[in-house]
Amino acid sequence: MAEFARPAHEDDLMMAFAPLKPAMHATMAQQESARCLFCYDAPCTKACPTEIDIPLFIRQIHTQNLEGAARTIYMANYFGQACGQVCPTEVLCEGACVYNYQHAKPIEIGRLQTYAASAAIRQGTALFSPGQPNGKAVAVVGAGPAGISAACELRRLGYQVDVFEAKAQVSGLILYGCAPYKISNQEAVEEVDWLQQQLGFQIHLNHPVRGASQWRELEHRYDAILLAIGLGKAKYPNIPGAQLDQVKDAIQFIETVKIRPLQTAVGKHVVVIGGGNTAMDAASECARLGAEEVIVVYRRGKEAMSAYTFEYELAKSVGVQFRFHLTPVEILGQLSVEGVCFLENTSSATHSHVLIPCDMVIMATGQETMQALLAEIGHIATREDGSIAVDAHTFQTSHPCYFAAGDVVNGGAEVVNAVSEGKRAAQGIHQVLSV
Amino acid sequence: MPDLTASLAGIRSPNPFWLASAPPTNSGYQVMKAFDAGWGGAVWKTMGIPVINSSSRYGAIPYKGHRMMGFNNIELISDRPLADNLREMEAVKKRFPDQALVASLMVQSRQEWHQIAKDAENAGADGLELNFGCPHGMCERGMGSAVGQEPAILQLITSWVKEVATVPVIVKLTPNVTDITEPAVAAARGGADAISLINTIQSLMGVDIDHFVAYPVVDGRSTNGGYCGPAVKPIAQNMVRNCAQHPGVRLPISAIGGIETWRDAVEYLLLGASNVQICTAVMHYGFGIIRELTTGLEDYMRRKGFQQLDDFIGKALPNIVTWEQLNLRYEVKARIDPNKCIQCQLCYTACEDGAHQAIGLPASGHRTPYIIEENCVGCNLCSLVCPVEGCITMVRTDDGAVCETWNDYVTTGKAPDSFNDTRAGGLSHRVTPWESYVEKNVKT
Repeated sequence: MAEFARPAHEDDLMMAFAPLKPAMHATMAQQESARCLFCYDAPCTKACPTEIDIPLFIRQIHTQNLEGAARTIYMANYFGQACGQVCPTEVLCEGACVYNYQHAKPIEIGRLQTYAASAAIRQGTALFSPGQPNGKAVAVVGAGPAGISAACELRRLGYQVDVFEAKAQVSGLILYGCAPYKISNQEAVEEVDWLQQQLGFQIHLNHPVRGASQWRELEHRYDAILLAIGLGKAKYPNIPGAQLDQVKDAIQFIETVKIRPLQTAVGKHVVVIGGGNTAMDAASECARLGAEEVIVVYRRGKEAMSAYTFEYELAKSVGVQFRFHLTPVEILGQLSVEGVCFLENTSSATHSHVLIPCDMVIMATGQETMQALLAEIGHIATREDGSIAVDAHTFQTSHPCYFAAGDVVNGGAEVVNAVSEGKRAAQGIHQVLSV
Repeated sequence: MPDLTASLAGIRSPNPFWLASAPPTNSGYQVMKAFDAGWGGAVWKTMGIPVINSSSRYGAIPYKGHRMMGFNNIELISDRPLADNLREMEAVKKRFPDQALVASLMVQSRQEWHQIAKDAENAGADGLELNFGCPHGMCERGMGSAVGQEPAILQLITSWVKEVATVPVIVKLTPNVTDITEPAVAAARGGADAISLINTIQSLMGVDIDHFVAYPVVDGRSTNGGYCGPAVKPIAQNMVRNCAQHPGVRLPISAIGGIETWRDAVEYLLLGASNVQICTAVMHYGFGIIRELTTGLEDYMRRKGFQQLDDFIGKALPNIVTWEQLNLRYEVKARIDPNKCIQCQLCYTACEDGAHQAIGLPASGHRTPYIIEENCVGCNLCSLVCPVEGCITMVRTDDGAVCETWNDYVTTGKAPDSFNDTRAGGLSHRVTPWESYVEKNVKT
């Protein structure tokens, strides 16, 4: 029997998607910040891709200088609130906390960060102002964490910035791709709104850049263009039955859950194929939306999964089951999905077939790169895996007008990596344009 | 089973834990409740001509998530009619004949002292405590610490009370003096049977930085109060041992100041106190802490093989000497246990910036610091900042064969006596040359 009933109302969603890291109140923040040892050359800061001075902001929280804490966070990372909520802190800052060596609970850095960051957002505290206009303009394509981070940095350097976003809302995968129990849509959007109010970059929503002519126009109008376009659709394995209606792309499924949670179609028996964090999220969300049975099937062993251990445990905690060493060979069913046929591929087994009956399949087997879009631009060199090749220092692509940052460069990483790269790419643009 | 019975100048109590004269002993209701909970004695909230107290009376300093590390009050003595207090004392004494019940007193004239001393005795008081300590409100009226700060007056008033008292007289001292032994000696000369210390330390409890007034705030204004709580313990302990060691005092001591646990109490007994008085911890956690106090003391005595309190009262005193009597040839050095180290590097930065640059960091990739033996002067700082129990220990490195004190150095002519004397200790410790810092860090 499912642990969660199918949510029928907004209230049910509050239960199904209760925050994993709920907001701290003042007493909690006071007590938790008191535990911080203020390490020298702090390992938590070194583990953060944006190198936030974590011991400093925690000490500022403890001395009730919340604005100072927010400033410390945001000067390093424009998505202080979102990163506090969606970062895999267990393998970053909190994973590096020296308390772990004592088998003691690490400092809850993510929650403390969100505590200080959201106070600044809620109170509309102004931390930034745009730089003196330098007469140059940059187009940023994509309003996700890499794009917005770059836009903020460019504005502070004096550039005019236009952000072009294909979707209807800002913040990219923070909104469309992060599990609802990690961050709400409102939280995702309010942070960008707050940044925009202070820094004044223009965001053009529902404004995809399509076709060679539009790219030529951007090249003409702007001094530089930053591609922060992320990745494409899920890669489907080439097997019979993959075209059936109830076979879903994990990325699109998660997006639907974020945008229309009550209307998201979820099977009674769901098979999720993949072993990454996206597979864990999709499976967890199915379970929370009332699926009776959710089975994640991975072609290799548990230890080979790219999903973080805590994501795996989280999925298990809501009743998700796991099967390993099974490679999908066919999705069965004529009009609708009836099951998936797998080939057992352990070394000892006799390669027998395994049939798992189900009425929905979610593919979480990686994402495609934006090859078609890059072809429209032309002259953008990519690496073997399809990611854009950039100069390690300036983030400039092989096409001198174009720079790139985020998933499109790193092949798919965390929000915090995109935030870091976006900022550094903006500095790279500044360096190139200042010559 | 160890015997916890305590005696202060003949005032006996089933254990050494007394409630200090303060808000917890303001009424018969409270003291009866405390005795039922297991407290050994109580000093009644100071009686005299009843006062008017302010609204908003206490302030506190929290530290790193803990409330009330330090506490202060601007409350005066009892604001209840003397007759009510005496009647309730009588009722308490009747119900609890074995517990120590002491009356704290504060009046001005000789006649008043005679009268109130007799009244308290008639109400059943086992002893009288003269409040010469309160450092706020009452001292401005010539009482409390105003008396405690004038040894001659303290002695005179003590002698007045002794003219009529038939129960032991305890003089409660104020710490707001340069040398605590002066009023202690005066108490002895005045005929006191015991002393109790410390009363509170004159203090401001921080400042409201938005409204520009100190705490506690009374309608936009504030005043100095009396400081107590765990933070004052080190100051009080030094005063207790000074009185205990002074040949002109030789009075039983009731120790007061930051006592919260059995361990604090044992420390004071080792410094020569016959019993202890507690207030702030009760104001924080209630009478229930007596359970931890008595069991902790009992378990300690059992572990140590002590049968009664006298087996260890004053046991630390012979080992507390003047600096000149310390063995300067004794040498310890820090040892870091790499298996316990959690790599916070607090020892490194503390020693590097705050001490003797005697801790190094390994090449990149490793974070466990190491001790630079030749720089380590054995100051303890690293072991004090280390957040892990038992990770940094101080290990003796001299062979113990030679003991030489400053006094010995002076006698044998080995003490430095000129500005650039090469016999000075610092010459044998390596100091990192500032030139190397400039070379590395200052761009020319």
